[in-house]
Amino acid sequence: MKRRTLLTTAALGLGLAFGGAAHAQAMDKVKACFVYVGPIGDGGWTYQHDQGRLAVEAAYGDKVETAYQENVPEGADAERVLTQMALSGCNIIFTTSFGYMDPTNNVAAKFPAVKFEHATGYKRDSENVSTFGARFYEGRAVIGTIAGRMTKTNKIGYIASFPIPEVIRGINSTFIHAKKVNPDVTISVVWAYTWFDPAKEADAAKALIEQGIDVIVQHTDSTAPLAEAAKTDGIIGFGQASDMAAYKPSPRVSSIIDNWAPYYVKRVGALLDGTYAQVDSWEGISAGEVEIGEITDAVPAEVKAEAEAIRDAIGSGTYHPFTGPLNKQDGSVWLTEGQTAPDGDLLGMNFYVEGVTGDIPQ
Amino acid sequence: MLRLEKRPSPSRFWQMATPVLAVVLTMIAGGLMFALLGKNPVEAIRTIFYDPLFNPQFAAYSRPQLLVKAGPLILIAIGLSLGFRAGIWNIGAEGQYIMGAICGAAVGLAFYPSESVLIFPAMVLAGALGGWAWAMIPAILKTRFRTNEILVSLLLVYVAEAILASMALGRLRNPEGGGFPGSRNLSKWEASANPELIAGTGMHWGVVAAFIAVIAAYILLQRHILGFQIKLAGQAPRAARFAGVAPTKLVVLCMGLSGGLAGLAGLFEVTGPAGQISIDFGSGYGFTAIIVAFLGRLNPIGILLAGLLMALTYIGGELAQFMLGLPSAAIQAFQGMLLFFLLAVDLLSNYRIRLAKRGVA
Repeated sequence: MKRRTLLTTAALGLGLAFGGAAHAQAMDKVKACFVYVGPIGDGGWTYQHDQGRLAVEAAYGDKVETAYQENVPEGADAERVLTQMALSGCNIIFTTSFGYMDPTNNVAAKFPAVKFEHATGYKRDSENVSTFGARFYEGRAVIGTIAGRMTKTNKIGYIASFPIPEVIRGINSTFIHAKKVNPDVTISVVWAYTWFDPAKEADAAKALIEQGIDVIVQHTDSTAPLAEAAKTDGIIGFGQASDMAAYKPSPRVSSIIDNWAPYYVKRVGALLDGTYAQVDSWEGISAGEVEIGEITDAVPAEVKAEAEAIRDAIGSGTYHPFTGPLNKQDGSVWLTEGQTAPDGDLLGMNFYVEGVTGDIPQ
Repeated sequence: MLRLEKRPSPSRFWQMATPVLAVVLTMIAGGLMFALLGKNPVEAIRTIFYDPLFNPQFAAYSRPQLLVKAGPLILIAIGLSLGFRAGIWNIGAEGQYIMGAICGAAVGLAFYPSESVLIFPAMVLAGALGGWAWAMIPAILKTRFRTNEILVSLLLVYVAEAILASMALGRLRNPEGGGFPGSRNLSKWEASANPELIAGTGMHWGVVAAFIAVIAAYILLQRHILGFQIKLAGQAPRAARFAGVAPTKLVVLCMGLSGGLAGLAGLFEVTGPAGQISIDFGSGYGFTAIIVAFLGRLNPIGILLAGLLMALTYIGGELAQFMLGLPSAAIQAFQGMLLFFLLAVDLLSNYRIRLAKRGVA
């Protein structure tokens, strides 16, 4: 304890002394801190971020010290947690949920010597705030293809968290690619208004199954929907954020895995060797940040091959999941033949594509 | 053999002593739990109770935060305690808190981007009214149709949460927010901001209101006929009726007061620390305030202290998670123990423990 206090005080002193100038210099030791929205044992989103933290430890050994706090509510409490982290001598703080956007920027303004990295956000109010995200919609294109091929009732159920662009993008990408291989497919979206709540997620899955869907896609973090799917024969689902391998080979027939390790290792490394600079990072399958978990034998070989072909085409850059012609839900033209969606449209997406039923909650 | 003997009237000494005893017992049992988790219990307890107040590295920041966190808890708990004393159980303060914030924010945002100084007072008024109106639903249903106010007020929390989500995504959404949910940031718009009044103290209008509420409630209960009626209705409802206390009026009054104060707490929170109406704005203050009210013995001064203590366990708990790597569930269990021990040792104020010879009892 004493040693740590001494170190952190020293680090704080250093930070204060050099202020803004310190960021271009190499550091001997970095303290990297992580704020998590769920528990590290959620088996999904937060678990994967924590794996990234462990990868940073493994990569830099005793040149890095890490600390984390789990279950931090998105709101006023987050601001206090972040401030306490900055005060305790963290050099770089990763805030790993969309709702930490304002707190991250507020605290960053008060601690110019500390680096802040906000996941899935878009605000970079001061120089020391970077944002990073992953193009999960690329993964959704792959599992959308599997979903379209696998459904017998032609009904796909989608457990959505919050109606933000990130989630809407996933719904659209899933639907577009399911529809491409199965023109009769429809998608039912249930809004859970939570990132992690096993009970609510299980209820949503139950309600969808009762409506006759036989494929569940989830944008919430727990394994509860898969556990619910396992209770009924013929229902399949996909691992979300993490591989969720415990539910192999069925109901979990594949998964979208968030791999934050490459980004975390890169950013902490940059801080150590003095090359750190503000970024707005949005990588996908090609950079290894989005991975497709093993497609199990519950999926016919030709479907598996088709899905892997899409994955590889996206990875090599020859295919963009949002390629025209695509219309918006109201029938108006969004993308013309061959046109790909600009990132700006994707980042602020607040409309369904044509064919998705229901309304985005307003 | 131990034997319990009912006291003719609750012991004054134990009523004062049980909260302290409960805190001590929580420290012991919590320390044991931390030790089982492989952490140094003394260090953990010190991080929770001592570091936020006195650690040179954190105290300058966390001490004011104590007020920020305790302010809404105290404000809500004071309102609840009046009802609880009269036997009127408003469990839905969380919903009233949310509705107060929504109404207040809506009034303010209607005038955006005006810089008039009247906006903030209008928002405060709307906030109190919003909470009051939301509490009137269970109150009137109770007085008219004899429904149970516990159930109605609790269920209305979920309605309020649904309205909150719909407001954050729809009517109150920031038109310049790029399609993301959440209103404009009220704490950054000068006319609606509820900033720190004295820099570095954490004191904002909500904390001021909490202190005023403590004093007002104290005077009400000690000096005013209404306070006497509230106490009487709780202790001896029949006697109260003979003394001319109208139960209907009391229900409407107590529910309204607690709803209004909860609404105020929500308004001060949304214009200050939280800053905006967002889907997850409701952070459980309304429920935690129930614990605070009981921890404070439904006594205004007690609630003031209990609110500060509760805030300390939150802030210290966060610090302990982060500094010592304690799981957040352990901190929640620790807070739960506090209420558990309080209720357990409550026995002592109503019963005497006697040693009895075997066979006699």
